[in-house]
Amino acid sequence: MWRDAALVAGKDLRIEARSRVALTQVAPFGVVALALFAFALGPDRTTMAKGAPGLFWVAVLFCTVLAVQRSVSVESADGARDGLRLTGIDPAGLFLGKAAAVGAQLIALEAVLTLGVVLLYGARIQVPWMIVVSCVLGTLGLAVTGTLYGALSAGLRVRETLLPLLLLPIVAPVLLAGTRIWQAAMTGGTPSDGTQWLRLLVLFDAVYLAVGVVLFGPIQETA
Amino acid sequence: MAPVAPSPSAVSLRDAVALSGRFPLLAGVDLEVAVGETVLVEGPNGAGKTSLLRVCAGLVPLASGSLAVLGLDPVRHRTAVRRRVGLLSHASHLYDDLTVRENIRFGVRAAAGDPARIDPACERWGLTGRLARTPAAKLSAGQRRRVALAVLTARWPEVWLLDEPHAGLDIVARGLLDEAVAEASAAGVTILIASHEPGAAEALAHRAVTVTGGRVTAERTLRPSESAAGADGPVADGPDQAGTTDGAGPSVEPDERPTGAVPGGADASGWVAHVA
Repeated sequence: MWRDAALVAGKDLRIEARSRVALTQVAPFGVVALALFAFALGPDRTTMAKGAPGLFWVAVLFCTVLAVQRSVSVESADGARDGLRLTGIDPAGLFLGKAAAVGAQLIALEAVLTLGVVLLYGARIQVPWMIVVSCVLGTLGLAVTGTLYGALSAGLRVRETLLPLLLLPIVAPVLLAGTRIWQAAMTGGTPSDGTQWLRLLVLFDAVYLAVGVVLFGPIQETA
Repeated sequence: MAPVAPSPSAVSLRDAVALSGRFPLLAGVDLEVAVGETVLVEGPNGAGKTSLLRVCAGLVPLASGSLAVLGLDPVRHRTAVRRRVGLLSHASHLYDDLTVRENIRFGVRAAAGDPARIDPACERWGLTGRLARTPAAKLSAGQRRRVALAVLTARWPEVWLLDEPHAGLDIVARGLLDEAVAEASAAGVTILIASHEPGAAEALAHRAVTVTGGRVTAERTLRPSESAAGADGPVADGPDQAGTTDGAGPSVEPDERPTGAVPGGADASGWVAHVA
């Protein structure tokens, strides 16, 4: 399983490095979304800083949809998904590999977007480790749910429009927990302020990771 | 004298019905393919040849009937069957952003194949030098086909399912393909070739079956099959172990016979209206 996961993640990241879709399209889209939020909130830096945590995670969710759609479309061209199935690759390994590749891209995007909220919104991060932990746990949750729902919509002609509809409500806990942890980290709150939300993220990740490992194979066969 | 064990079936389909929604892909196929046998599957467009191969590869589940590939159920033993079966389909299964060599390497490693066979396969299909470093997006249709064939021959599975294998290939590549199939056949690989231009594939096959309306409606022997006639040795594990079959059974004269009436009836185009 781990060998297959590393193989698939390596393949997806190599494709991403060649096509540069995340670098030239997804990241700029995230920054543009942050800039548009800033325009909508007006010139008051205090208001922008206050809304920064939620706006950061909304931008991350939008970028997640794009990254997952890209991950699915890579397997849609030239029957690549059938090709993968025909290799007899371990479905759990395939799931973990694709989720790892999406997660790696999202981590890089979040670094860019964090810089964006600091520069555009004047957000001040008081407890950096909480930001790092929330990004790692939130990214894991987004990557595994995105990969799972991406596989569900993969065989459908309307997958581009269906995926956000399926995925965004499901990842609402990540948005909520991530925003609360960021608020605690920006206001210099104690670690206990964010602990319950970190627990929620851990639980969310564990549930969807387990569901994905078990169900990705059957979904792959029927989607 | 101890009785000779019958040659095991590489592919065994019994009254196999496969559906796409309510649309019948296979409408009751009965087919036995012995280990080491090469079978040409002929029939008009839309007769069910591609579906038959996809069912054998485990990509399409059966709605009813039974299927065993190398003695295993492709649904229950999905990974084990797929690692021992190779399908050359209309699609090349390539990633446009990866180079030719990267595509072959990924295809072989994902199938737990031997990476040492990648270089000989690339050389066999002329995928060396600058072409090996070319992204798949820049390849012609024929070159993509060669890459797919290179993955197949590098993997060297025990069952080859070739769907219109000559399509899109130039005369040189067709010759290479015929060589590879002959070599695999001599090595004991079981091969199913679906083709609607039988001339190109007839010389390679031991037997031809005609698929019409999702059923096997006729079959004919093209040349005697050593493996099917009683040889029961292990399948050779690669192109370097070819030519191990020597137990030729009694000679079989080429013949042609229908496999019986087609219950349910197929129309002139080969489609059946309903599956019983």
